[in-house]
Amino acid sequence: MAKNDIARYFKNIKDAVATIFEGMTVTCSHFVRKPYTIQYPDRVPVRIQDTLPFRYRGILEVDLEICTGCLACERACPIDCIVIDAPKDQKTKEMLLTRFDIDIAKCMYCGLCSEVCPTGSIHHTTEFEGADFSLESMIRRFVKAPVVAYKAKKEGETDPVVAPILERGMRYIQEFAEPADMKKLKAEQKSAAA
Amino acid sequence: MQPFIDRLIANGAFAGMPVEVVYALMMILFGVLVVFGFFLPIAGVTSWLERRVWARIQSRIGPNRVGPQGFLQWLADGIKLLLKEDIVPDAADRPLFLFAPYFVVWGIVATFVVIPFSSSLIIADMNVGILYLTAVTALVVVGVLMAGWASNNKWSLIGGIRSAAQIISYEIPASLALLPIVLLSGTLSTQGIIAAQGWAPWHWFAFHNPFTFIAAFMFYVAALAEGNRTPFDIPEAESELVAGFCTEYSGFRYLLFFMAEWGNLYVIGAVATLLFFGGWQVPAWTSNTVLLNISQFGVFFLKSYFWVFISMWVRATLPRVRVDQLMILCWKYLVPIGFMNLIGTAIWMVVWPQGNRVVQYGLVILTVAVLVQFSRRVRFHLRRARPELYYSPAI
Repeated sequence: MAKNDIARYFKNIKDAVATIFEGMTVTCSHFVRKPYTIQYPDRVPVRIQDTLPFRYRGILEVDLEICTGCLACERACPIDCIVIDAPKDQKTKEMLLTRFDIDIAKCMYCGLCSEVCPTGSIHHTTEFEGADFSLESMIRRFVKAPVVAYKAKKEGETDPVVAPILERGMRYIQEFAEPADMKKLKAEQKSAAA
Repeated sequence: MQPFIDRLIANGAFAGMPVEVVYALMMILFGVLVVFGFFLPIAGVTSWLERRVWARIQSRIGPNRVGPQGFLQWLADGIKLLLKEDIVPDAADRPLFLFAPYFVVWGIVATFVVIPFSSSLIIADMNVGILYLTAVTALVVVGVLMAGWASNNKWSLIGGIRSAAQIISYEIPASLALLPIVLLSGTLSTQGIIAAQGWAPWHWFAFHNPFTFIAAFMFYVAALAEGNRTPFDIPEAESELVAGFCTEYSGFRYLLFFMAEWGNLYVIGAVATLLFFGGWQVPAWTSNTVLLNISQFGVFFLKSYFWVFISMWVRATLPRVRVDQLMILCWKYLVPIGFMNLIGTAIWMVVWPQGNRVVQYGLVILTVAVLVQFSRRVRFHLRRARPELYYSPAI
């Protein structure tokens, strides 16, 4: 017993010296490693927003050109931060969008609204610098003047202004609902099963 | 400094003044010079450098905005703390609370009296220099305990008590580590100890014999513990005690505690250097006294700052020890080893009164071998991790 104690005593000293030596070599090797720090916001080679992925859930944005006024997003929003007024024009029988407000102060960036949107009109951007001086100014009002809601055409979109926006929206939905890596995973699973 | 003043008096610079008054005035003058010209900047610069060193070890950048490479960060921090409100808690023991930080700073600044920056740059070469050094650093514990008690806060009190236990315990291994040097040099005067060494590593006391070699590291460990440095910073353990004894402090008084801590780092390095690593000794390369003193100052500063750097590095490497581990390390390991060193050195002096040249060279070669092995391990880690390399210290 006593002999073991003495052996352990010297082993403790040896271990202490050896482990401290090894630990110091590890930290010493960090002196020549490149720091990872990104010096946001002023010393970055490119804007951080441009380096973020397509599916990044930043501040919401609405493309009114392709908004169908279906109110799916308003219904999907769990905290009611989206408010839409879409009355029917009595003369032309067309749906008008008179109000599309998103309260960014309330938004929790869950992405449920952009998942249900049929055209990808409401989507997240990579913008995240939303600080402002009042709560009132956090409400994004997208409708400046009443606009006619978008109606999908059977023959596909031909309008040169709307077509690229719609294409982007559809791509966004696709990516958002089924991201590329998820597709890859599914394909792998399928091949594994087969 | 005394020979210098004596010469001034002999040349009639202070005609008509009593000698004692001249001495007192000059002492205050040099004291102020050292405090404001050396202690404050060194404490500040150390705080900046420490943050930069940790940052690099942790793959960060650290403060780099104020001045070139963030060099003036310490000034900005100091000014910020000076402008902050000096809050005294209602329930605190007011006079004690207000006075405690001065005690801590006093204990550290007073050590500069006997620190020999070069062969002539020393405020007072006392014949009891080392004793004085250990005595005044014990003043710190009074200040820390006062701060802990007067704050009327449980965290502060526990921090203060822990600090007292720690500093008093580690005084013993620290003193035991410097006793072999006192034996070898036969003097307590700091200048005398340096004069007993030479400029070459094999003349240094650290490499005099295996016992002093161990004592050098033991002293460094004990001094770190006395200075409440990580891995022994349990008095201000953030995860347990908020900020320990300085929890209730703010503004200038808070600044004083940290100034003392960083100033103390330099003192640790300087004392280790003068005891074990040859102090200001340089080869006699010139007969010009001023040039010689400047080179001695440079050598002393570099050597002591090397130890400051090591302590930053250690702080970024090792985790904090527990209270019981701290006491076990002190009483079960350092104290017995300290006695072994003391007796071993005494026997060594009987066997080889002039020292053993072979052992001295051997110890230097051993150190070099350890350093080589160290660099091999560092290269091993770099090879294995394959990081992106960035050699420049500036970023």
